[in-house]
Amino acid sequence: MQFMASKQPENSLLGPESDSQRTLYPYVTGTSVVALKYKDGILMAADMGGSYGSTLRYKSVERMKPIGKHSLLGASGEISDFQEILHYLDELILYDNMWDDGNSLGPKEVHNYLTRVMYNRRNKFNPLWNSLVLGGVKNGQKYLGTVSMIGVNFEDNHVATGFGNHLARPILRQEWHENLSFEDGVRLLEKCMRVLLYRDRSAINKLQIAKITEEGSTISQPYSLKTYWEFSAFANPAQGAVGS
Amino acid sequence: MDLNMNVNAPHSMGTTIIGVTYNGGVVLGADSRTSTGMYVANRASDKITQLTDNVYVCRSGSAADSQIVSDYVRYFLHQHTIQVGQPATVKVAANLIRLLSYSNKNMLQTGLIVGGWDKYEGGKIYGIPLGGTLIEQPFAIGGSGSSYLYGFLDQAWKEGMTKDEAERLVVKAVSLAIARDGASGGVVRTVIINSEGVTRNFYPGDKLQLWHDELEPQNSLLDILNAPPSPEPMNI
Repeated sequence: MQFMASKQPENSLLGPESDSQRTLYPYVTGTSVVALKYKDGILMAADMGGSYGSTLRYKSVERMKPIGKHSLLGASGEISDFQEILHYLDELILYDNMWDDGNSLGPKEVHNYLTRVMYNRRNKFNPLWNSLVLGGVKNGQKYLGTVSMIGVNFEDNHVATGFGNHLARPILRQEWHENLSFEDGVRLLEKCMRVLLYRDRSAINKLQIAKITEEGSTISQPYSLKTYWEFSAFANPAQGAVGS
Repeated sequence: MDLNMNVNAPHSMGTTIIGVTYNGGVVLGADSRTSTGMYVANRASDKITQLTDNVYVCRSGSAADSQIVSDYVRYFLHQHTIQVGQPATVKVAANLIRLLSYSNKNMLQTGLIVGGWDKYEGGKIYGIPLGGTLIEQPFAIGGSGSSYLYGFLDQAWKEGMTKDEAERLVVKAVSLAIARDGASGGVVRTVIINSEGVTRNFYPGDKLQLWHDELEPQNSLLDILNAPPSPEPMNI
């Protein structure tokens, strides 16, 4: 009896699949991360879902973590690869602290490090299957950047990963402005997260909002958003066209 | 993970559909999510479709295929009703669905659950999965979300339930599937069919019971942060 071997197409440039470890496709994935600059620093939001294909398998996954004193990292994509990145960053921060020279890595430096890691892995055809959002404040300077699994990186006043690019960024382009208050920033992020909840299949209704300022970072407790379904068109959608 | 959204992916009703008999009729239930790839194209679709006054069908799989099959069967049943001079039976409706599903099995991708009430056999549920098998069942589940319901229904379905018990079971089942199946979501719609007629119900997502690891919905994080602090625990 033959075992079913997993197949590569004939024209594939990928080497033998038995090659050590490479993420060929993601297994447990997180969906969008959305972030924006506001008056005092950066606000970032992400839901707590870990999907296993189309199953919403894990519902308490923390996809945003503080890095050092000045940064916050949010990730979408393969959760195990995110955990690996956190491990690399632990080492990076440790070595930085061991210098004990009064200097500490700021968000711009961490972002650059991540970009190099992601791009080098991509060049070896063994990517870390994540899209990352890195935000922080150092010496009054706010910084917000993103890196994708193939090493595309840039900074902006507001960034998002995955579906957030399609659904949240247009809202942010309209409604973001310089010097948003904390309340306005939170409300704007919640508006984006609600749309994602309606329209992204892998979104779940449990999220956290993280904030980072010169003083430090906080990640909120998990909470859920109210959703709106009481439209007359929703109660009777097929009224004019039975069977549609 | 920023793969381009495939907007040309076929509209598919990921779906959870269910039909249950009780002592007097049937209750049909479904979620309301229609997706194009990972995008939710319609968050409030109606997957329980009328075939005749007394027979409805729950649609799953390809939205286009299920719509066209039910449109044809509605048309045939209309003619059949005129010819026979009385309401069509559930069995006839189910068999017409089966005829189309079976003879076009290579081209269609739709699983259907036919449910209704007629004066000869009372409430009946027929499952017609991919391939066009016709199978009469006391209850039927279908769609991608149904994977999460086999164990639940094996334990919870009982012979001879009342109308309210049956409807509560259906709403609970669809709601549980929505909690775990990314392809199901939105509102829970139910249709109850018995000798007295047809009743449609609508349960919005925020009115459903909370399951494991789900939290009470809030207006905003700001409300939580500004809430008065909870009282200190007693020091015993």
